[in-house]
Amino acid sequence: MSDDDIALSEVERGAGIVRCDACPVLCRIRPGRAGACDRYANEDGKLVRVDPLVLLAKPDLARVAFVEGSAAWRGELGKGEGAFVTGIGATTTYPDYKPAPFIVSSRHDGVDMVTVVTEGIFSYCGVKVKIDTDRYLGPEQAAVRVKGEAVGHVTTAEYGSQMLSLGGVHHLTGGSKKEGVVTCEALLALCNREAVELAIDGGATVVVQADKPPIVNGTREERMRVGCGSAAIGMFAPQWKDHVDEVIVVDDHITGVLSEHQGGRFLDIKPAGIRVRGRRSTPGRYFQVAEPGLGWGGTNVSDPLEIIEKIDSKQAWPGLKLLMVSTTGEHSAWFELDKDLTPRPAAMPAAVRHVVDRIAENCEPALCTVLFMAGAGGSLRAGVTENPVRLTRSVRDTLTKVTLGGVPAYVWPGGGITLMVDVARMPEKSFGYVPTPALVAPIEFTLRADDYAALGGYASRAVSLDDVLRAHKVRVDEDGQ
Amino acid sequence: MSAIAARLSDGRLHLQHGPIDLIIEAFGAADEVERSYSQAVERFGDILPTLVRELPILRRCVTDAHPLPHGPVARRMAEAVWPHRAVYITPMAAVAGAVADEMLQALVKGRRLDKAYVNDGGDIAIHLTPDHELHAGIFATALDGVARLTFDQPVRGVATSGRGGRSFSLGIADSATVLAATAAAADAAATVIGNTVNVHHPAIERRPARELDPDSDLGDLPVTVAVGALPPALVEEALDRGAAEARRLRLCGLIEGAALSLFGRWRLETAGMALAEGLAG
Repeated sequence: MSDDDIALSEVERGAGIVRCDACPVLCRIRPGRAGACDRYANEDGKLVRVDPLVLLAKPDLARVAFVEGSAAWRGELGKGEGAFVTGIGATTTYPDYKPAPFIVSSRHDGVDMVTVVTEGIFSYCGVKVKIDTDRYLGPEQAAVRVKGEAVGHVTTAEYGSQMLSLGGVHHLTGGSKKEGVVTCEALLALCNREAVELAIDGGATVVVQADKPPIVNGTREERMRVGCGSAAIGMFAPQWKDHVDEVIVVDDHITGVLSEHQGGRFLDIKPAGIRVRGRRSTPGRYFQVAEPGLGWGGTNVSDPLEIIEKIDSKQAWPGLKLLMVSTTGEHSAWFELDKDLTPRPAAMPAAVRHVVDRIAENCEPALCTVLFMAGAGGSLRAGVTENPVRLTRSVRDTLTKVTLGGVPAYVWPGGGITLMVDVARMPEKSFGYVPTPALVAPIEFTLRADDYAALGGYASRAVSLDDVLRAHKVRVDEDGQ
Repeated sequence: MSAIAARLSDGRLHLQHGPIDLIIEAFGAADEVERSYSQAVERFGDILPTLVRELPILRRCVTDAHPLPHGPVARRMAEAVWPHRAVYITPMAAVAGAVADEMLQALVKGRRLDKAYVNDGGDIAIHLTPDHELHAGIFATALDGVARLTFDQPVRGVATSGRGGRSFSLGIADSATVLAATAAAADAAATVIGNTVNVHHPAIERRPARELDPDSDLGDLPVTVAVGALPPALVEEALDRGAAEARRLRLCGLIEGAALSLFGRWRLETAGMALAEGLAG
């Protein structure tokens, strides 16, 4: 086929069409659409791999993408020293054909190292999502749906967080085709740090995006509370002791009352006679002081005095100093009882304000975290070495470091190479997919050159980093971070 | 990007080159299976390059002049769509099935296998021997049916057309699954039948194919982009049209059976064989 055959017309160029030359089909692709293979797309007039090849100058430094056909940034990393080739966009090759696409030798601290760089097709993969919120998202084991398809389930809640387990082989390939496609799309979006709306059977709708606050039923979660109202009493009682007569920490889960609470009794704080609404659990701990809502401490209360049922004149006294505060420190108020034992707002003493601020300071920002979890299968390992089980053992013995897009992975104990990695730390758009459906993720194995040879690696295939840089045109990723 | 081959963890062979994505499985003695896989890998590298050389012919609407491409896959495509030339059709309507048929032939040639299949994105070519059978699941919203394929039936190809796939359809079917003598024949017929599952309604969004893909063989024909909620009567009407076309093709001897779905409603067109057993629910 001559060059003329693949040249685009003026009109086509004007319409933003690009010609993909990644395979012989030579698709012409309109802006915002993908070619016949779904692997290459036209993004703002540029042909991009859905998962572009990325190179890290150093694991922590600016990231560099290989862009075929562009010489603009060539040579930025020509030195090669300390650079790290990620598997992102490396494409995949398999043992039946050939070893992994890049086997790069380099020197670190005078030791010869080899990094085997590839992209894995992970049929067994999913994400574990941690959502920092105390709001009830749904019952454990409830299905989590996207576009009506079950893509995972609610799993064991953790302290201050709700947990979801999404994806996995049963949703990807074990259910209907649509379920698989929707699951794959949802996983891909979550792994590439896009927002996904998840609907939980018998529960909430939550928008999840890695490293961003969750949005539960349309409300953005700002802070993760320091603990429940009771826990807050326990944590801060000694700091309040000399400045207050009573503290009520308003919380939709458990509201704490200092003078009745074990924490206050231990400090000999005398009973103050202020009774709150709700159902007493144990001394100083009350359930259901109000309805859930967007007011104080996750309740529907905007005036904290609403939760006070009565003030016992046998115990309370004029001048009694009362602090009311929410579990995040977002809301607080200071009252003193007048001669009729009615709480009157007053200026909060600096020492008390200081402790309120400390509650807020101890609240972490509420985030969603997305951990990609997958197993490196037999053929992926065979792309690294002719003797795959030795790679497993080498990883297990920590002689081989496993990274995804340059980010160290946690490798589970036990058999195989089952790993987890925080997608927020990986370069943007690290993930792709194949129509199987399954996710494609970069994976790199780094080990000493002599260890690599010993485990049956394709040592003769190793090329120097300089050669890799020379063979590919290199561009500094402008949003490198 | 060159062709890649992979073994899936369960042993199946995965071949991919550009838009071609094949899952292949052979059953029989282990060494025969391995040799058949080698034959498939060997054959595969040439499939796409040869095909693309004749793409201009293959994207042209078939009229009374029988297209005469040279490549073996291209010839299968032309042959499969030829009977349907009364409507707008190009050989591309059978590309996936034709690739599956060609790869199946390479896979089984000279090998002693119990059975085998080549699945090209849902268009499946099948090899059977006496006393061995394959079950093809039909998915629309769930596992909606199973076609039991046995040696004594004339079905060696299964294909599905419908929304959610990668190719465009003029119709609105969720799925149109066809059983036929070859995968290419099934593929072409599924396309034709899928196009006839159709009605007019504002909830159906259509756009000229070329606006989406400048290379589409469908030119300016309006392809279905999205289907919103439809009145139940229209769902039935669309399915009835598809079923009538399926029946016509079966009586012409072009297909063995078909199953159509739209919004959870089904139509079956079958002579009482394979499909009838599975889709009772």
